[in-house]
Amino acid sequence: MIAVAAAGVCRRYGRRWALADVSFEVPAGALVMVTGRNGSGKSTLLRVLATAIRPDLGTARILGHDVRAERDVVRRKIGLLGHRTHLYEPLTALENLAVVARFLGADPGRNALLRQLEEVGLGDRGDDPVQTFSAGMRQRLALASVLLQRPQVVLLDEPYGHLDAAGFLLVDSLLQRLRAQGATVLMATHLMARGRKLCDLGLVLDAGRLVFAGAAAQLPVPQGADAMGFAEGA
Amino acid sequence: MNALFAAFRKDLLLQWRGRTQMVAIFAFGAAALLLFSFAIGPDSSALREHAAGFLWLGLLLASTLSLAESFECEMEEQALEGLLLLPASTRALYYGKAIANWAQLALLGMALVPVMVVLYDAGTLRLLSLLAVILLGTAGLSAPGTLYAAMTSQTRARQTLLPLLLFPLVVPVLLAAVKATSLVILGDPMEQYRPWITLLGAFAVIHWSIGGLLFGRVVED
Repeated sequence: MIAVAAAGVCRRYGRRWALADVSFEVPAGALVMVTGRNGSGKSTLLRVLATAIRPDLGTARILGHDVRAERDVVRRKIGLLGHRTHLYEPLTALENLAVVARFLGADPGRNALLRQLEEVGLGDRGDDPVQTFSAGMRQRLALASVLLQRPQVVLLDEPYGHLDAAGFLLVDSLLQRLRAQGATVLMATHLMARGRKLCDLGLVLDAGRLVFAGAAAQLPVPQGADAMGFAEGA
Repeated sequence: MNALFAAFRKDLLLQWRGRTQMVAIFAFGAAALLLFSFAIGPDSSALREHAAGFLWLGLLLASTLSLAESFECEMEEQALEGLLLLPASTRALYYGKAIANWAQLALLGMALVPVMVVLYDAGTLRLLSLLAVILLGTAGLSAPGTLYAAMTSQTRARQTLLPLLLFPLVVPVLLAAVKATSLVILGDPMEQYRPWITLLGAFAVIHWSIGGLLFGRVVED
């Protein structure tokens, strides 16, 4: 079964095409690395698939549902971790999760939400306002919020961003868990070695165009992070 | 309905966390009333005659601050986008926020009444009638105010744009609210209160209906 399909997707910001004729298919349960240089269209692609923005041309489908015509259905199936955390700064970590849970029609209670926070290493910070959190802690909380939605298709934009070594391992284990649960994951990252090791498939974007789609192990070696020996965490 | 209650609860909580800001907005409204009284001078009958107009002008000016503030938290980390991506209707999001804004503006209006009484010697015993005007008048302000605050929150010149867009739209509400408040304070020998309050209610219904229909178009891509 195809979980994510894009056909001729284009998206323009002003006069610049952020995505140009992007087409690919991702089978259900696959872990996909989306990579490319800064400004190549990775975030735009994930935001189109998440229904945050509409494609100007072309179609994209999530589990068979069109992102434009069946936006509400798609939103029941996806979870997006974006560049911005979607958190309310004045509210505590627990209150932020409670807001999401209530919008999902659930009222899981303090203990269940605390367990969710413990999973991302924030079990002892549940009653602290988000505005007192570091960038890495916000990223962990945003991850917890995405997981709370139990999405079938998970869209992660730089999930390792701002995280420490323990955070890297946490994301690794979450990806493995999502894979075991049968979720489809599209992850935008520059961490090539990690992506090759963890993911099944890879997509490479360049100036909005898809220049590679295939097995993650065959991803082209860029003249970037790996080549320069940038650390990829723990 | 679940999403509406969730949005309402979330906005009340955010207002409670930002209560110091609310005190500052009240102080701004009270300062506006004080300045208006300076403009009129010591003529107590003129002060009393214009009290209703000044109360609603003070409330209108303060409301732009409070409405803009209600979208600050939504935009900081794009929290509103996060909620839009959950399977909840945009209409529920709008009504939850608009009701919370209504509650805040009504509270602000009630808090400004004693200031008006002290500054303009404009007391009244018809408190329930005054309460009804404040509730309906602030309903007529909060519905379009929430819509326009959402629209302008995504722009750079939001502090200027919100009053520019909102004020012309709420002129009928303002006129009806001022007239009804005047009748409560100065007396109503011709029994005109009921038609004005009905008109105020009609404006509120129109604004709330249109706001619910348009909010999705304003906040979605």
